[in-house]
Amino acid sequence: MEVAYYPGCTLKTHAKEFEKAALKAYRAIGIELKELDKWYCCGTVYSLAKDNIMYKVASVRNILNAQKEGFDCLIVLCSMCYNTLKQAQEFIKDESNLARIKAFMDEEEYKGIEILHGLELLKDKMEEIKKAVKKPLNRKYAAYYGCTLLRPKSVAIDSYEKPSIMERLIEALGGIAVEWPLKNECCGSYNIITNKEIVVERVRHIIENARQRGAEAIVTSCPLCYFNLKECQKDVKRIYPGFEEMPLYYYTELMNEAFNGKFDKGENNNGS
Amino acid sequence: MSYYHIEEEENELLAKVEEISGEIVTLCEQCGICTTSCPMADEMDFTPAGIMHAVKIGDKAVLDSKAIWICASCFTCTVRCPRGIDLAKVTEALRQIHLRKNKDHINLEEVKEEELEEDLPPIAIVSALRKFTG
Ligand code: SF4
Ligand code: SF4
Repeated sequence: MEVAYYPGCTLKTHAKEFEKAALKAYRAIGIELKELDKWYCCGTVYSLAKDNIMYKVASVRNILNAQKEGFDCLIVLCSMCYNTLKQAQEFIKDESNLARIKAFMDEEEYKGIEILHGLELLKDKMEEIKKAVKKPLNRKYAAYYGCTLLRPKSVAIDSYEKPSIMERLIEALGGIAVEWPLKNECCGSYNIITNKEIVVERVRHIIENARQRGAEAIVTSCPLCYFNLKECQKDVKRIYPGFEEMPLYYYTELMNEAFNGKFDKGENNNGS
Repeated sequence: MSYYHIEEEENELLAKVEEISGEIVTLCEQCGICTTSCPMADEMDFTPAGIMHAVKIGDKAVLDSKAIWICASCFTCTVRCPRGIDLAKVTEALRQIHLRKNKDHINLEEVKEEELEEDLPPIAIVSALRKFTG
């Protein structure tokens, strides 16, 4: 099965290993992720001002473009891109909103397209996933959803208060998924630029909670959560010398580890 | 700070926030669920419910708060508000009031320095620019 795929800027630069692992892992269960011929930065955050149409234009252009390339469903792997594109898609479901946006672009008619996160695609592929496992994972993992896969409600890929899709994936791969309350709490997001000390405290809180629940590693699909958790753990360690860093993985990396029997980190591993 | 209350008709702040956000701030019943749900509340000078209250009574001090810039638009308050108010849109409106006057909250030069130092992912830089510059 071939599906259209939107990478976004970060999977092409900072989080190359996420994309690399994804292409390989999805192929192993019979899904070919076909990158759109043409795509633009989605804007990373959806504009929340009612009167600001300009910031929504880039997202809508991406959606129309996927349609133009002949697709009726678009897969996104980066959680932030997913959230932004999905909210834009929700926005243009309303005819009058679509008309306002279309004033900025003279393109073909919008027929409606589905936007799915890569994890949603795995929901009914658990049997295929189990079959593809060569060496079951044998550690305890905390699935970290953060914000953008779950909120606002209109974009939630699963129950927005109690998601379980990543846990089901971890278990299908042979790992143990721990239950923990902070799995859908914010890591501080773009505060990393302006208020890093806040993010450092958030990260300490999140990691300690995962550890207390028995986790040995964190699994995510958001490159910003990944970066914040990874980088800020170093700062936590400087402030609290007894703190032990916990490894982080993109969910696609875990899939490959179980499918290939060895862990293969991409070329770019964020300087760690 | 003295407590004051501006009648709704002359509450400029309320009118502006409602216009930009599209939310009806006066629906807030001050239950505090947003504050108890907010992961950033401990770091804020106005709690999320405090922000709502300030807008409701027209207290412009909220415009100078740190809280409106600390809010990470995580939508936790949004999904939990029993009155269905999207508080994330309210803080966005308060930020927009500054940004539309061409008063940026960060400056590009500083971001660049940090970027080199820490190898920040593009989504971090672009989202901060979207949230903190006009
Ligand atoms: S949760 Fe809603 S109603 Fe309650 S204080 Fe917050 S904004 Fe007001
Ligand atoms: S959207 Fe802002 S105010 Fe609401 S819970 Fe998140 S950080 Fe707090």
